[in-house]
Amino acid sequence: MSASVAIEFKNVSRIFSVKQEDQSGDVKAVDNVSLQIRDGEFFSLLGPSGSGKTTSLRMIAGFDRPTSGQILLYGQDVSSLPPYERDVNTVFQDYALFPHMTVGENVAYGLMIKKVPKDEREKRVDDMMDLVQLTGFAARKPSQLSGGQRQRVALARALINHPKVLLLDEPLGALDLKLRQQMQIELKSIQQRVGITFIFVTHDQEEALTMSDRIAVFNHGRIEQIGTPAEIYEHPITQFVAGFVGVSNLVSGEVAKRITGSDVRFSVRPEKIHLGSTGDKPEADTFIAEGKVRDVIYLGLYTRYLVELDGGGDLVVVEQNLKTTSMDVMQARGQPVRLFWKKEHVSYMGD
Amino acid sequence: MPSKNSSRLSGERAAWPLKFGAAGAILFLHVPLWLIFLYAFTTEESAYTFPPPGLTLKWIPQALANPAMQSALYLSIRVAFLATITALILGTLAAAAVYRYDFFGKESVSFMLILPLALPGIVTGIAMRSAISLIHIPFSFWTIVIGHATFCVVVVYNNVLARFRRSSNSMIEASMDLGANSFQTFWHIVLPNIGTALLAGAILAFSLSFDEVIVTTFTAGNQQTLPIWIFSQMLKPRNRPITNVTAMLVVLITALPILLAQRIVAGSSDSEGGSK
Repeated sequence: MSASVAIEFKNVSRIFSVKQEDQSGDVKAVDNVSLQIRDGEFFSLLGPSGSGKTTSLRMIAGFDRPTSGQILLYGQDVSSLPPYERDVNTVFQDYALFPHMTVGENVAYGLMIKKVPKDEREKRVDDMMDLVQLTGFAARKPSQLSGGQRQRVALARALINHPKVLLLDEPLGALDLKLRQQMQIELKSIQQRVGITFIFVTHDQEEALTMSDRIAVFNHGRIEQIGTPAEIYEHPITQFVAGFVGVSNLVSGEVAKRITGSDVRFSVRPEKIHLGSTGDKPEADTFIAEGKVRDVIYLGLYTRYLVELDGGGDLVVVEQNLKTTSMDVMQARGQPVRLFWKKEHVSYMGD
Repeated sequence: MPSKNSSRLSGERAAWPLKFGAAGAILFLHVPLWLIFLYAFTTEESAYTFPPPGLTLKWIPQALANPAMQSALYLSIRVAFLATITALILGTLAAAAVYRYDFFGKESVSFMLILPLALPGIVTGIAMRSAISLIHIPFSFWTIVIGHATFCVVVVYNNVLARFRRSSNSMIEASMDLGANSFQTFWHIVLPNIGTALLAGAILAFSLSFDEVIVTTFTAGNQQTLPIWIFSQMLKPRNRPITNVTAMLVVLITALPILLAQRIVAGSSDSEGGSK
């Protein structure tokens, strides 16, 4: 299957020159990034603040231009086109609704600019309002809507032009947890219905894992890893990815050597480790470590154990409370244990 | 004695001196105005005796028919109108530049724009007069307009800048993103959002220009704007009520728009609260 490429970054850099009182210098917001986003994909740019993900998005939208390199939109170099000549639309973090217009006028704005006839405009606005489940809200002002509803208006306004690519700049950041989770599912289903490439910027790893077809993990202006949520989670290739996406045990040096026989650094997810008693026999292809439970944190759905390894080092182990109760898990404190995890669940990483 | 209005922060003891002080201040400011209004209707021609010996409306048609007063009023309106237009254009552009761009000397530019309002009129007046003589512009209608524009620009600049700072930064980007070019964005998005700020700024600028005396004295040739004409009439003992009628007119022309401007600004801030 050779899906066509929607967006391509070719060695893109964006350098900001910083002028401050006693120092001036260049900040590489985006540092020589190359990347391909496929047609129809739900692609997330994931990273902490200042990692270059938002700058990358703004360069696709045309609000910012690369210092060097090229950005291609379906093969066409758009690096120096203004935003209004690019077939992409954006959902802004603060929604950026026009306060002096009604919701309907907001959604129709792109069509009005394109001089689409009024009756067609109205029909398409209605369709969009249905799509985002805001039927009947067209006559209201944005100030009369809740945060979640404004979010939907912003989405409808961006989608009405049928852009080739939709850019979403942390659109769920301002919503509360319940609403955010609901919108995550809804965004994904809208994307599948309209079939448009979505590029989604977020710092929330869980959000990225939930919705994305693929994820690019950004750090210090560079991409650390690109892959499906499962690849990123199961096999992080750098220490940063292992630490930023989910929780990882990072083991290196002497401790690593005692467990695997080599001092190459590796990571293993806490939920992959099985907590057994000292007499348990390992299955094939399993690493073993022995230690004592130093701390137990009961979290309802699961329990987190902090195990102090014999001879130094700590490992975090997470086990679901399938049969155990809080009373049971608390008794594990101070007990000697044997930890097992499959060799395939270990990701090795260089420096 | 329990306070009737318990939600007030101040107690009963603090309220009386406060009320007294406030009433005193208002009386101090407004009694002279009421006197002018009163003596616009007196039957006397030159003296102010209290109470007025009789009331008449005859000065109003006389004042309105006075050709010197008419030409002064006409001049003042034209000056205020042109100074306001100039201020609207320059003030909006300056506010947009200061808001949107970072450039060398931005703070200084902002400060220098505000300076003419803070500076005593006499300093501005002398400075303008020297500058205008230096470059050999004849003192005329246009030099008055230029003089007035210096402080009118500030009013518009301040209003528009405050509005820019309150509105969402990404709205302009959103408009461009949806296909609108710079002109369309200005027309459909920026202008409606700063519209009330522009109107309020314009009304204030018009009022400031309309009753300005000091800068006008320095920048005018032999023209007399309305305030200057009124001032010159004060020295003449006859037909004093005509001056009073004119003064009343000035109060109405300047005070009503200011009241209007305050309402517009107050009203628009309510509806914008939820736009974030």
